[in-house]
Amino acid sequence: MKEEPYKLTAHELIERIDKKETNSEEIIGSLKKRIKDVESKVRAYVRLSNSHFSNLTPNAQDLRSTLKGIPVSIKDNICTQGYNTECCSKILEGFKPPYDATVIRKLKQAGATILAAKTNMDEFAFGSSTENSCFWPTHNPWDLDAVVGGSSGGSAAAVASDEAILTLGSDTGGSIRQPASFCGVVGLKPTYGRVSRYGLIAFASSLDQIGPITKDVRDSAILMNVISGYDSFDSTSINVDVPDYTKSLGMDIKGIKIAIPNEYFIEGLDKEVKTIVEEAINKLKSLGANYKSVSLPHTQYAIPVYYIIATAEASSNLARFDGVQYGFRAEHRTPNTEHRLIDMYNQTRGEGFGQEAKRRIILGTFVLSHGYYDAYYLRALKVRTLIKQDFDKVFTEFDCVVTPTSPTAAFKIGEKIKDPLKMYLSDIYTISVNLAGIPAISIPCGFTKKGLPVGLQILVKPFNEELLFKVAYTYEQNTPWHKMKPKI
Amino acid sequence: MAITKDTVKYAAHLARIDLKPKELEKLSQQLQEILGFIDKLKKVDIKDIAPTSHILPLNNVLRDDKPAESLSSDKALEDAPERQGNFFGVPKVFE
Repeated sequence: MKEEPYKLTAHELIERIDKKETNSEEIIGSLKKRIKDVESKVRAYVRLSNSHFSNLTPNAQDLRSTLKGIPVSIKDNICTQGYNTECCSKILEGFKPPYDATVIRKLKQAGATILAAKTNMDEFAFGSSTENSCFWPTHNPWDLDAVVGGSSGGSAAAVASDEAILTLGSDTGGSIRQPASFCGVVGLKPTYGRVSRYGLIAFASSLDQIGPITKDVRDSAILMNVISGYDSFDSTSINVDVPDYTKSLGMDIKGIKIAIPNEYFIEGLDKEVKTIVEEAINKLKSLGANYKSVSLPHTQYAIPVYYIIATAEASSNLARFDGVQYGFRAEHRTPNTEHRLIDMYNQTRGEGFGQEAKRRIILGTFVLSHGYYDAYYLRALKVRTLIKQDFDKVFTEFDCVVTPTSPTAAFKIGEKIKDPLKMYLSDIYTISVNLAGIPAISIPCGFTKKGLPVGLQILVKPFNEELLFKVAYTYEQNTPWHKMKPKI
Repeated sequence: MAITKDTVKYAAHLARIDLKPKELEKLSQQLQEILGFIDKLKKVDIKDIAPTSHILPLNNVLRDDKPAESLSSDKALEDAPERQGNFFGVPKVFE
């Protein structure tokens, strides 16, 4: 019997399309059916109304194109022309961007079908569980009572539940890798400057990157081929040639030097996760890699540095949401008083932002304010230098760094949402990567006794994604994890 | 350091965010905890360390001053909550 197309990876589908065994119409039909069957349990998508559903039509069926009409699902903070892009926030209610983000334009040119419904996320990417969405929390396909991670939780869950073939997320402190780890899929954060952020609604501009969340490493490489490259519309885009990433999917990692940072294997790391990650490292060794323990001495400062820099940048980036140009505007509630502009700003932002957004904007405003700037913001920028230097030093001697992606497997919905600090700590292994601007990938490396996936994180030098793919692919092809599917 | 309710109120004012009394109460307490955690940065020796605002060796990215296509005013005003002619409509600014 022929396999349902929704179960397959993009590269398997491309092969079948080339052999005329399927086509984009059939793939989209199959995906629609799958979404209908399981979405009420997972809730990976937002605004999946009937009208949005019917917009699942191929916009490019050119068989010579790279993606041949294969559907791609997009996080709700990446602009899609004419289709709502709301960052899962009330303050962007009804926003229909008048233009496409560069990554969307590139996907369309490569023959992708873009889904009109977007994937769920923590409001403005503020969170690690997708519980901060103004819509609803997404449920983990491996345990419907557990979180999917965040902030790109909708994308990761859609891939894990076969409700998407390919997806894009964004990563500011782990928002691609941590949900990929919690959902047992592959998530890549590219080098800062590798992928254009034009049309990505900014959270923290010195940290944000767009990247793929996919079923396997080859699909990740295929998407990176499409979305990478210089863009004059993003002043932080770097003009470095884009190699064909699929060419680096070899099977030889003999002699590769791996660094294992001591600071990532201490208190706070779940015992089961630790064992699973150590087994994965031994697997890499048996495949020919060498490893040695190293120290990244400033690791413990990554979270405080991040929560100063990211909130400072967010407070500035989110100043644009004021009820004037787009989205939500609060109504004038006291008819007998004069409605002044400043009242409109205060009310719109007070009612339009969720709790975590308010917390971060106010913290960011505080650390930048007169009298505190030097003590907090400037100090954080200096410690950021030290964190980056730790990595620079390790990469003079080693090819890559291998760590757990997150200290635990997926936690329960509601478990950490009332304690912001506890939530922030679930990004402890992913945040340094953004501060240093380097690329990293999370790939599945096993399951806990309760059946929850665990992620392995691999880090390399800037613009060295090829090595990242090589190591990740070799591990993946020699282990069964990427073939596992949740029973929903 | 200790963050008082007045400090939070002032930051919220700078950020143009109306906070309900209950929100102010809760936020002050949470920000106090977060700042307590952040305070461990004070232990780091940052003498002679240059700040990193972003990791790229890029400064002042410029382009030629050539006109290019841009959005029409109609298109740019499409999402506005209030439009007045070819402008964004807002409540009164001055008394």
